[in-house]
Amino acid sequence: MFKGLDRNDIRLMLVVALVTLAAPLILNPFPADSAWAQFNAGYPDLMQRFVIYGIFAIGFNILFGLTGYLSFGHAAFLGVGSYAAVWMFKLLSMNVVPAVLAAMAIAGLFSLAIGWISLRRTGIYFSILTLAFAQMSYNLAYSVLTPITNGETGLQISINDPRVLDRAFGTAASDSVPYPDFFGLQMNDTASFEFFGRVFQFSVGYYFAAMLFLAAFYLALRLFRSPFGLMLRGVKTNQSRLEYTGINPRPYTLAAFVISGVYAGLAGGLLAAMDPLAGAERMQWTASGEVVLMTILGGVGTLLGPVLGAGFIKYFENILSKINDQILHQWFAFLPDGMEDFMVTLVSPFVGKGWHLTLGVLFMLVVIFLPGGLVEGFQRIGRLLARLVGRGRKPVSDDDKGGA
Amino acid sequence: MDTREDIMTKLHLTRRGVIKAGAATGAGLAMPTIFVKGAAAYTNEPKGSEVVFGFNVPQTGAYADEGADELRAYKLAVEHINGEGDGGMLNTFSSKALKGNGVLGKKVTYVTGDTQTKSDAARASARSMIEKDGAIMITGGSSSGVAIAVQSLCQEAGVIFMAALTHSNDTTGKDKKKHGFRHFFNAYMSGAALGPVLAEAYGKDRRAYHLTADYTWGYTQEASMKYFTEKEGWETVATVRTPLGAGDFSSYIAPVLNSGADVLILNHYGRDMVNSLTQAVQFGLRDKIVNGKQFEIVVPLYSRLMAQGAGDAVKGIFGSQNWNWQLQKDDAASRAFVKSFGEKYGFPPSQAAHVAYVQTILYADAVERAGSFHPCAVIEALEGYKFDGLGNGPVEYRAADHQCFKDVLVVRGNENPTSQYDLLEVYAKTPRAKVEYAPDNEFFAGGALGECNPGK
Repeated sequence: MFKGLDRNDIRLMLVVALVTLAAPLILNPFPADSAWAQFNAGYPDLMQRFVIYGIFAIGFNILFGLTGYLSFGHAAFLGVGSYAAVWMFKLLSMNVVPAVLAAMAIAGLFSLAIGWISLRRTGIYFSILTLAFAQMSYNLAYSVLTPITNGETGLQISINDPRVLDRAFGTAASDSVPYPDFFGLQMNDTASFEFFGRVFQFSVGYYFAAMLFLAAFYLALRLFRSPFGLMLRGVKTNQSRLEYTGINPRPYTLAAFVISGVYAGLAGGLLAAMDPLAGAERMQWTASGEVVLMTILGGVGTLLGPVLGAGFIKYFENILSKINDQILHQWFAFLPDGMEDFMVTLVSPFVGKGWHLTLGVLFMLVVIFLPGGLVEGFQRIGRLLARLVGRGRKPVSDDDKGGA
Repeated sequence: MDTREDIMTKLHLTRRGVIKAGAATGAGLAMPTIFVKGAAAYTNEPKGSEVVFGFNVPQTGAYADEGADELRAYKLAVEHINGEGDGGMLNTFSSKALKGNGVLGKKVTYVTGDTQTKSDAARASARSMIEKDGAIMITGGSSSGVAIAVQSLCQEAGVIFMAALTHSNDTTGKDKKKHGFRHFFNAYMSGAALGPVLAEAYGKDRRAYHLTADYTWGYTQEASMKYFTEKEGWETVATVRTPLGAGDFSSYIAPVLNSGADVLILNHYGRDMVNSLTQAVQFGLRDKIVNGKQFEIVVPLYSRLMAQGAGDAVKGIFGSQNWNWQLQKDDAASRAFVKSFGEKYGFPPSQAAHVAYVQTILYADAVERAGSFHPCAVIEALEGYKFDGLGNGPVEYRAADHQCFKDVLVVRGNENPTSQYDLLEVYAKTPRAKVEYAPDNEFFAGGALGECNPGK
């Protein structure tokens, strides 16, 4: 499994695996009845989003980070994956396996078609083309294709769906809307454990998504280190030179485009598996922009960066947006009345409905001071620590390749 | 430089860690849901002295104004349930189950979330309320798509959804759910209420042109308006779909004049309605004489917040509403609500605020009457429940589809507003019998409530 990878890569892979598997513990550091419980992220929905958007961003980074082609329409593949998955739930079976496979296949085909056309251009024209295709898909899904996508409401599962396979095997529930499962393990099954006031939730859905996330991460790692990956970096560095040496970069870029489309399809399929509804907003340009933000925030072209970026943005979206005035008043209750109101007024534009503002400010800070994204930040901290620890000893060799 | 062996030892060490962690999580997975089922009889059974409501409203995006007003009303309702403030409509409500000491003696607290008017974000926000904050009831929504999406989520999770602003027929039609309840009226009722009033005011020989927001709510609104105006003898010249958030409607309005139509029906909401109405009036449509008749514009679903946005353009234009604060003139309940809302926030509530307030009170009251937070018991208490004194006169929550039936207001843009809030005047009240329909009506057919789901 680890053949051909160097020590740093193996270490990275194992750390990622450990953190992913232990996420329900790590993300729930605060007791449930403490004031800090607000910041706990260890509940199934958010953890699922971390790994799913992680997959999405990893895939996007294979295209953007390696070849330098900035696609502004990747959300279209996410959406197509979701619709494909929900249709599989409706027609075939509530088992997530055919749904996820179909999501990847359809998104792959879709990205092949769009990539085939868009990759005829480079730079800004490529970005605009992908943006146009994605907006087209969004508008189609929102209105014209309502019979297939159920428009604004979103495609949902209903009691009367055919579900051919489930009915053939006699596992179809008849009185209530079923939930996606993995051979009997329902995605929303959760085991909760209480431990010193902390409630740890181990959800089937999360671990299913986490396994696929680890597989996706491992594949991306192999791809980054492969000759194919080198070729893609070549495209980014200087495409003309590649052409002069007699290499046609199109097949490589198209392959990268389709691979990242399949990653997005997988993410979309998983979103539908965790919560069986596919909405058109998933394909909107804001969603496409979000994955660009995730990648840049985390660190373009690094393996871990997009995952960190995805986690960062989803955390802010889900945690910060829920801090309302009532909670702020609790926080500042220790202050005298006038001061309390003043502090609440000061902080409230940045939380609750103002979470976009905070995210924007942080994004600016990261881009200005850490052009390499969060990964660069961690590397700087790591080097600083190494220097502090290593003071008096012989200097630590700096063989960090920036691949972390 | 490391030797190969070095790598292997390191690998082994960490591998063991991996296996350990894997075993632990494996044990977690193997421990089935029975573990949890033993702990609670239903999803988020309140254990302590508090109970959590989830207020899921759009705080950003096109419907943010409505969302902000809903949130104000939710806070007010929580205060009144907990016995703070002046009690508002609890004093006029026909049920006296709520004592002002919370719900079943538990103090009500709440969490808020931002739906962004997107089904995805709304569901994520609702799921975090259920999974993380232990919300027993979710309410909110300013768009039918969002309401329907969150309603089905609540059905799956086993909590109650009290829909606020959602006007599409589908919410209690083909997408109805056992756990979802709607107090707001719907597109069919708007059509049924407006049809006769329009025929009386503008004559039976009219030719209508529809501009419709291109999504599900728009479709149901258009179909309902078409059905009821044609029933009065009107003719439908054309129905044109406009993209949501178009901003500039001039290219859609210009063809109206050449179509031979003499009425323009705007099936738009929110900012779309503000823009399309303003532009239609600026085009001088209302000064035109077509087919020997004055050209008229109709906005089937009105809201005061939209009227404020459209300004003078709303003068004399017909529409329908679920509730209007001007009802306080002859309704004690509305008066009580406007008073306590106004005292707290300094301006009168919108219909969004009203429906949000009423839904929260209705849920709390149903729990109190049922004597339990168990969703199945609450559903039973709400189904077929008849009440009065919440601003709409006598109302019934029909058991067959969880839709409230009550009189519908036909309103008209005020020609001489006395304040910036006094933009709509109540023109007529269409009695409940005129807007009522059978649960299997063609506009609502195709759905099933399903079974009550206590969750886990």
